Amino acid sequence: MTAAPCLHIAAALLLAPLLPGVVNRTKAAFAGRRGPPLLQLYFDLAKLLCKGAVYSRTATWVFRAAPSITLAALLIALTLVPVPGAPALVSFGGSLFLFVSLLGLARLATMLAALDTGSSFAGMGASREAQYGALSEPAILLVLAAFAQTSGTLSLSRLFEGVTPALWHASGPALGLLGAALLIVLLVENCRIPFDDPETHLELTMIHEAMVLDYGGPDLAFVLYGAALKLWLFGALLVNLVLPLRPAHPTAGVGLLIAGLLATAVAVGVIESCMARLRLLKVPLLVLGASALAALGLALLLRSVA
Amino acid sequence: MNPFTDTLLVVLLLTCFLLLGTSRLAAGVRLTAAQGLMVGLLPLALEGSTIPLRIALLAGLIAFLKAGVFPWMLLRTLRVSRTTRVTHPLVGYGTSMLIGVLAVGAAFWLDARLPFSSETESKLVVPVAFSVMATGLFLMIGRRTALDQVIGYLTLENGIYTFGLAIVSGIPVLVELGVLMDLFVAIFVMGIAIYRISREFDHIDATQLNTLKG
Repeated sequence: MTAAPCLHIAAALLLAPLLPGVVNRTKAAFAGRRGPPLLQLYFDLAKLLCKGAVYSRTATWVFRAAPSITLAALLIALTLVPVPGAPALVSFGGSLFLFVSLLGLARLATMLAALDTGSSFAGMGASREAQYGALSEPAILLVLAAFAQTSGTLSLSRLFEGVTPALWHASGPALGLLGAALLIVLLVENCRIPFDDPETHLELTMIHEAMVLDYGGPDLAFVLYGAALKLWLFGALLVNLVLPLRPAHPTAGVGLLIAGLLATAVAVGVIESCMARLRLLKVPLLVLGASALAALGLALLLRSVA
Repeated sequence: MNPFTDTLLVVLLLTCFLLLGTSRLAAGVRLTAAQGLMVGLLPLALEGSTIPLRIALLAGLIAFLKAGVFPWMLLRTLRVSRTTRVTHPLVGYGTSMLIGVLAVGAAFWLDARLPFSSETESKLVVPVAFSVMATGLFLMIGRRTALDQVIGYLTLENGIYTFGLAIVSGIPVLVELGVLMDLFVAIFVMGIAIYRISREFDHIDATQLNTLKG
């Protein structure tokens, strides 16, 4: 029974850096360029891990500890995420709250480190991250609550067992709304384009990148790897939510998940190519809109069950 | 449960959220036009496979008026009055959207305590109608310019019409024509009033009407 979860975690650890590569290749294809190699992030990580770290004299242990804390929190969160057709490695009632709080812990560590550097840009990024995080957390909790309601469990591992073709047929609009809400949360949490440009070079407009400006060497490698892992986590949730197939064979479930994640990465690339960044003042409104969609989906699911 | 009807109703609810969040008057008018089109199509979706000619004609007329004539008049007023292109909310957009979510929750709660949900074709019609009505009322109260309030009024009317569809199967011709006539006159008068106000006072801010007293 543990074959599929272990396989999933191994796949996530190995393949997570591939997802940003797929996103970048999609964007390059849209722009008519060839783009960086698919494995670019692996090369970057290898290069960074060979370097030494440089720390500012004003930074304290908070700044040094943050990349490890963030990566550790994301790795624990990874063990809670199920594969289609198989449970997660760690599964207990209430694990969906642990999942959300681990993501919160990762964010908190990054924000504290950003404030610790004393750089004004990093502080600005931390302030924005706090604002968007406060808005996106209710949205993801509402989405998970809707599925907790249909499946009757608070365990993230068994949350999506109720997503079957029959449920899609019975309450397709509700599931569509919840999927859209989760997609918006995925984009804002991973600092993708309508909310934040991961490739910007102007500190004034950065959010996530502004917070990690002072990192270099292995620390930066941890940060980059953590970001790829976060994209994998949210993508896996989205695939679990959208896909009504629950294959009996564990390897098939993992294969399905990986295929779904690659498709999600392509979709993110397409969205990034078709949209411009939103004005900073408009961003909270859209994230709030995700909460509204999730609340609406929850209400519809409650209605169809009642 | 008819999936087409449900999708239509959910999209109708989404337009309400967009109305609460949009800052452009022209976008608001277009959104009410889209709502009008969906509301006009609703009787056809509710009717099922065989659609009587009378209902098809009436639904077409309603869709034409709500999605064609009213938006055209309002957009013309907007162009002619040349006062402002953005809405002037008394309550911020984010707060408005939160209130919209609360209104949807309240509508679903209210619907669970009312007796007629078992008789309707779709379980969603009544709560969606209540939500649209609440949005319309809120837009009328919470916005400042006259054109904003007309948008709220149209939304409210769409909600009432949806509610009527849910309760009475089919459309009683006389009643519906009466409602449409009232609405037509109302939009006509409002259009003229907005035009006059803007010619006289350089703006269509309704809160300023208080200064006319005494």
